[in-house]
Amino acid sequence: MSDGSGESAAGTGMDDWCCPMPLRDYPSIVLGHGGGGLLSGELVEHLFLPAFRNPALERLGDSSVVQVGAQRLAFSTDSFVVRPLFFPGGSIGDLAVNGTVNDIAMSGAAPLYLSAGFIVEEGFPVDSLGLIAEHMSRAAAAAGVAIVTGDTKVVEKGHGDGLYINTSGFGIVPDDVNIGPSRAVAGDTIIVSGTIGDHGMAIMSVREGLEFQAAITSDTAALNGMVQSMLNCCRDIHVLRDPTRGGVASTLNEIARASNVGMLLQEDRIPVSPDVQAACEILGLDPLLVANEGKLVAIVPSDAAEAMLQTMQNHPLGRHAAIIGEVTASHQKLVAAITSIGATRVITPAIGEQLPRIC
Amino acid sequence: MKYLTEFRDGVRARQLATEIRRLTTRPWAIMEVCGGQTHSIIRHGIDQILPADIQLIHGPGCPVCVTPLDVIDKALAIAARPDVTFCSFGDMLRVPGSSQDLFSIRAGGGDVRIVYSPLDAVRIARQEPDRQVVFFAIGFETTAPANAMAIKMAKQQNLTNFSALVSHVLVPPAIDSIMAAPDNRVQAFLAAGHVCSVMGFWQYPDLCRKHHVPIIITGFEPLDILDGIRRAVAQLETGQTEVENAYARVVTHDGNIPAQQTLQQVFTVTDRAWRGIGVIPNSGWKLSEAYHDFDAEQRFPVSDICPCESSQCRSGDVLRGTIKPNECSAFGTECTPRTPLGATMVSSEGACAAYFNYGRFPDVEGMRTEATA
Repeated sequence: MSDGSGESAAGTGMDDWCCPMPLRDYPSIVLGHGGGGLLSGELVEHLFLPAFRNPALERLGDSSVVQVGAQRLAFSTDSFVVRPLFFPGGSIGDLAVNGTVNDIAMSGAAPLYLSAGFIVEEGFPVDSLGLIAEHMSRAAAAAGVAIVTGDTKVVEKGHGDGLYINTSGFGIVPDDVNIGPSRAVAGDTIIVSGTIGDHGMAIMSVREGLEFQAAITSDTAALNGMVQSMLNCCRDIHVLRDPTRGGVASTLNEIARASNVGMLLQEDRIPVSPDVQAACEILGLDPLLVANEGKLVAIVPSDAAEAMLQTMQNHPLGRHAAIIGEVTASHQKLVAAITSIGATRVITPAIGEQLPRIC
Repeated sequence: MKYLTEFRDGVRARQLATEIRRLTTRPWAIMEVCGGQTHSIIRHGIDQILPADIQLIHGPGCPVCVTPLDVIDKALAIAARPDVTFCSFGDMLRVPGSSQDLFSIRAGGGDVRIVYSPLDAVRIARQEPDRQVVFFAIGFETTAPANAMAIKMAKQQNLTNFSALVSHVLVPPAIDSIMAAPDNRVQAFLAAGHVCSVMGFWQYPDLCRKHHVPIIITGFEPLDILDGIRRAVAQLETGQTEVENAYARVVTHDGNIPAQQTLQQVFTVTDRAWRGIGVIPNSGWKLSEAYHDFDAEQRFPVSDICPCESSQCRSGDVLRGTIKPNECSAFGTECTPRTPLGATMVSSEGACAAYFNYGRFPDVEGMRTEATA
């Protein structure tokens, strides 16, 4: 759908994977169906897309772009179920605003208005709800958007897990901007806006039973300001995506598939903070598959890449931006990387939930 | 980062590869025992920079992969009980039993929880006295000490609602079994460094002598593995069959004595079935007589188990090192991490999953040549 998890990510580009597969494995929904990886993609492709099919939905971008009169609107919705509600670097309130703002911004649109829906469990502390609303207000002000409509439902104790939030929003896409997941072409440059995996590991560091001492904070932030600077640098940005659940690996695989191109990354150019790298090593996780909430992947024409990198590095949210690879005409639908020792590997998308390893 | 980036240095890696190439005069088959090493080899592409004469055979050292199907089926049956809170390490949850996995049990209402330490399961038992907490104690000598400690603490705390489903396995008997197999092709071993950090390597000289095989205690980073291979090739080329410790920053000869003492108290050696391989004598641990009361198999007898392996899955051949994962006809088609036919496709340390996750499809080889050109 429009939440960054919804693309049909067959990933490895094997030809016989291209035909739709039935949802054959699980008669019930499992957690992995919400993990932003292959299982999520299948749910969208085989259940929701057939039910709702229309041209705007079929593009499967972070937000949908629809024509309203003379203007193109970027429209998106996202639901937030994060646990714990407060974590290092933010809260569910920050995520609820920034997540939808970012989905809209990935179309090159300037986000304008948001809605907010709250599903609250009976017994939830009003103080906590107040604090979360305050965080949402602060995040909206920082992003330059207004929350103009909302809804509250209370469910009986035991029928919800504290608090869930849904936000929707829209913005206007400038006439001369055409950003979409299928626009990557061979020769383009792939830029990531900073260190990856910060949000996912920040959440994991405070998850019950896994508390580890690490100075990792979530990167949750609204990216629309940086996107405006980037558009001022180059109007012809081909693809923008915020690699949330499923991480950079899943996002790049989705783009490679949508654009029918290959990608070649330089693994040692991918920015990862030492704390995130260490935590991932301990748990056996790959930072490329870990969620981000304040980063974007940009695919731009190679002749604009250096100027774009400078623009991003000059922005507070892009200080650690880096060129990590290029789009190729070869190995279509595959994302490959040159490893630190000079060999190659293929980077596959997430399947479902990442599972910490046993030893 | 300290202890990480310096062991992934590309220049030093290529120097070691050059040294290995210089030493190698004929074909050699070397088995890395541990799934963590397999994962590192495939992730970093270490095999791609070795001379063609060096063949790496991926060993059975993935605890998730070798846990037998009947134990998985027992775990599923116990986890489905309404009175049980079933605690497991995360990567066991997607391992297929005969008909479903622990994720499906959870989706069906079972109380299945991922824990990151066995002590968390003990804490849950203490905090929720009305629940029967069962911990899935699997793994090699690496995970066994913490599991033993958890069971010991449960006994000290007189927790009557805690038990463990134990299926521990041991590395040295597996090496012995692989070398004794009539179709064995392994000529040298990279032993699992983390296992040796617990157990030391005093058990290995006997194996070297018995089977005339060099055993190199090896770490997990690219330079560790390349150094292990270099030492193995040097011995093979000169006809030596010694134990060498190439992971001295972690491993000592005697290992972790307090851990070994705890293991001896809580566990006793037993014959153990390895998934895909079969029963290996004296290759596992079960609960000792003193801890018999904490045995989940006794507390929750499961009788109507009818383990049924996929007829297509060749994980046994993969675990014995007789085929590479991508030589199995189901690899990447019927069998993927999303639809695994066997445990080797599930665990991040399983050889099949490593081949899949890092794109070792037969039809990708052309791409690889092109990318590195």
